[in-house]
Parts: sequence; structure tokens; C-alpha cells
Amino acid sequence: MSMKYLRGVSTLRLDADKCTGCGMCLNVCPHAVIRLEGRKAAVNDADLCMECGACAENCPAGALTVKKGVGCAQAVRIGFLTGTEPQCGCGDDSCC
Amino acid sequence: MRKPAQEQKIVLSPALEAARPPEKVSWDYTPGDRFTAWKVRWGIGRMNCRVRPGLYALGSPSKGSPVFATANYRLSFDALRRALTGTDAWLLVLDTKGINVWCAAGKGTFGTLELARSIQDSGLEKFVTHREIILPQLGAPGVSAHRAAAYTGFRVIYGPVRADDLPEFLRLGKKASPEMRKVRFGLYDRLVLAPMQLVYYGKYLLPAAALLLLLGFRIDALFTLAALLTGAVLVPVLLPWLPGRSFALKSAVAGLAVSAAVCLLLGLPPYSAAARILIYTAAASFIGLDFTGASTYTSLSGVRKEMRLATPAQAAGLLAGLAMLLAGRFL
Ligand code: SF4
Ligand code: SF4
Repeated sequence: MSMKYLRGVSTLRLDADKCTGCGMCLNVCPHAVIRLEGRKAAVNDADLCMECGACAENCPAGALTVKKGVGCAQAVRIGFLTGTEPQCGCGDDSCC
Repeated sequence: MRKPAQEQKIVLSPALEAARPPEKVSWDYTPGDRFTAWKVRWGIGRMNCRVRPGLYALGSPSKGSPVFATANYRLSFDALRRALTGTDAWLLVLDTKGINVWCAAGKGTFGTLELARSIQDSGLEKFVTHREIILPQLGAPGVSAHRAAAYTGFRVIYGPVRADDLPEFLRLGKKASPEMRKVRFGLYDRLVLAPMQLVYYGKYLLPAAALLLLLGFRIDALFTLAALLTGAVLVPVLLPWLPGRSFALKSAVAGLAVSAAVCLLLGLPPYSAAARILIYTAAASFIGLDFTGASTYTSLSGVRKEMRLATPAQAAGLLAGLAMLLAGRFL
């Protein structure tokens, strides 16, 4: 069963002009958000994007951008309270 | 131009001294390992979850054997070891502070620089003749393959999401099928995460329930437990079938159903039932919303959006319910 999160919120942007069609983004995306159409990347369904940032980090052409972050309510709450960016609070030994 | 002497010294001492011969490990998954995994999931003895960073020889690897990178989180390391049963390989364990690959990649501790440093410090170049390193795909948010290659000379290949798929990945010539590239969030994946939620909120809510019991609020102690179980167990299990896309809404629906059921069971009068339903629906929604952190498909933008709506609603529900109960005492 494929589960989708909220509609139309992802910050993923693809600049097709820069794309060289190397296919690296397809290798790293855990939700098959991107496909290759001819020699260009194209977005399948941005609502499936979890903003993990893997595609942007690994695109050698800099064609992809996304505001990377953790989709974690606890992190957002702590970030809000401490005035910092939401960080995976599962950090420093409590995640494991 | 000659390098200043000082710089040479830095290169010479710490890295070379730190390099140990790779420790040998086997594919065996012992009852002891299983017990450790269980403890890690329930958050017992947190230091158990760390593996010493560095290079390991799995089986009897040669200069041509593949190299796999992983986090120094016990469960990641053991999953990799087990999945590679029968394959001789090198395992390069990055220092992610005992955090799994996915979380560490999000933070950047499983990252390009840490990877480059580990390759250097372990002296990996001396142990293999090829220049390829296989990373778990879930490490990709932290690692930039092209930059890592530029820094280290090692080509980064992303393996499958799940270690279990590694034998098939190797059989296909280090290629992952589209299915292997997808993160799943099936019933089992959600179930193993439930204990963590339960422990985290149990820390606060079990003492709270005990206190309520002591103070003579037996009904509310029961409702507190019900809200805990709803948010931490029922929501993860029923996630795909609960209505809506928002976790706060899904959890509120579950909380509403459970608290209404408890009201019927106890035969509460309508006024006090309504107050309880308000309070414990809000509580279950709050706890269930936190399952976004454990889920594998929620985004920061999405969580922010739903929290902007849900947090005031949850607070309003809680306060309205409490006000009703309080007013009820004086009426
Ligand atoms: S940010 Fe992550 S989920 Fe979104 S498209 Fe990129 S790789 Fe896929
Ligand atoms: S990684 Fe970048 S250049 Fe390569 S296909 Fe994707 S968008 Fe295009």
C-alpha cells in the first residue's frame, strides 16, 4: 500500500535545463518521485517526496533543489521551542 | 612549494597511529546478537548500540572483495553482516555516534566528509585494488557521491534500501531494481517502531496515570492509558486505514473512537463523557502526530503545515475538556 502525505507541500524543484540525464537522482530517491524521460529527469508525483534531500545532494549538475529536513513532529516542536532548525531529536543515543 | 613542517606532522601522527589492522567478524547471528537487538529496540542499555568505527574483515576478504559502508549502529551493522552471509567483504563502519544510517544521513554524520575521513584513516586503499565503495541507499541524503569520489578516488555505488536485498543486488552486478530502491512502511516496519513510541510516552504517562489513580481519579487513569496505547500502538498499526493524510487527524479519529468506546464501557453520563472525549482525543492526536518522526514518508514542510493547524486544535480540545470537568464539579 502506498501512503501519501499532505498535498502540494514539497519544496522539491527541478531545473530541467541543467539536467544532463545522468539518472543519479533515480538511484537515491526512496519514493520513486523522479523518472527519466528521454535524456531529462521529470517529477512523477511531488506529493510522494519526503524532502530527504538525497537527490539534490547527489545531482552532479545541481539541477535539483529541495529544502531538506526531517518530517518529525517532535523535531519541529523542539526546533520551535529552542528557536533552531528542526533536528532529528532521536539524536545522541536516544534513537537507538 | 614545500609544505610547512607543521602540516606534515599533522598528517603523520594521529591518522597513522589510529589505523588498526581490520578486525575480523563473522556472518553468524547469535542469540546474544538477537538479545542485543531486542534491547536496542526497547531502549535498554543504550551503549550496546554502538559498534567501534573502522574497517572490518567479514569472512576472509581479498583485495578484490567488495567494500560496504555502514553506520556504527549495532542493528545496521548486524543487518549488513547477516545479509552478506557467505560473501567475503570489507565493512567500513563510519562514526555516526551510534545512530542508524537514515537518521545519521539526515544529520550529516553519515556524510561525505565522514566517509572520506574513514576511507583515509582506515587505510582502505591498501586493502583493496579496486576503487569502489557500496553505500546503503538511505545514506544518500548525507553523502554526495560525486564529491566523495573527488575527495577519495573511490566511486560511490548506492546499494539497495534494505540490506536483505544485497545478495540479489550483487547477483545483478551491483544494480538495484526499482523495487529495491523504494522505502516500504508495511505493518511489520510500523510494528517494530511502536515500542519506541510506547517507551517515550510511557515515561511520562505511566507515572501520570499512577498519580491519577492515587488521587482517586480512577476513570482518568484508565483514559490516560487508553490514549497512550491509541497514539503509540493503534495509530502505527492502523495507519493506512485511518482516514485522511494528516497524522494528527488520523490519530484524533482513533482517539475519538477509543475514548468513546471507553465511555460506553464505563457507562459515563453524557456531560462527563464529552469532556473526557475532548481531552483524550487531543492527547491521542498529540502522541500519534509524533509518529511522523518514525514514519518513512512524511516531509518537514508537511509536518510543519499540519502542526500549525493541529497544535492549537489539540490545545483547545484539552482546555475545553478540562474546563468542562472543572465546571462540572461546581455545578
Ligand atoms: S528529496 Fe528525497 S524523496 Fe524527495 S525527490 Fe529528492 S530523493 Fe526523492
Ligand atoms: S541527478 Fe541531476 S543531472 Fe542527473 S538525472 Fe537527476 S536531475 Fe538530471
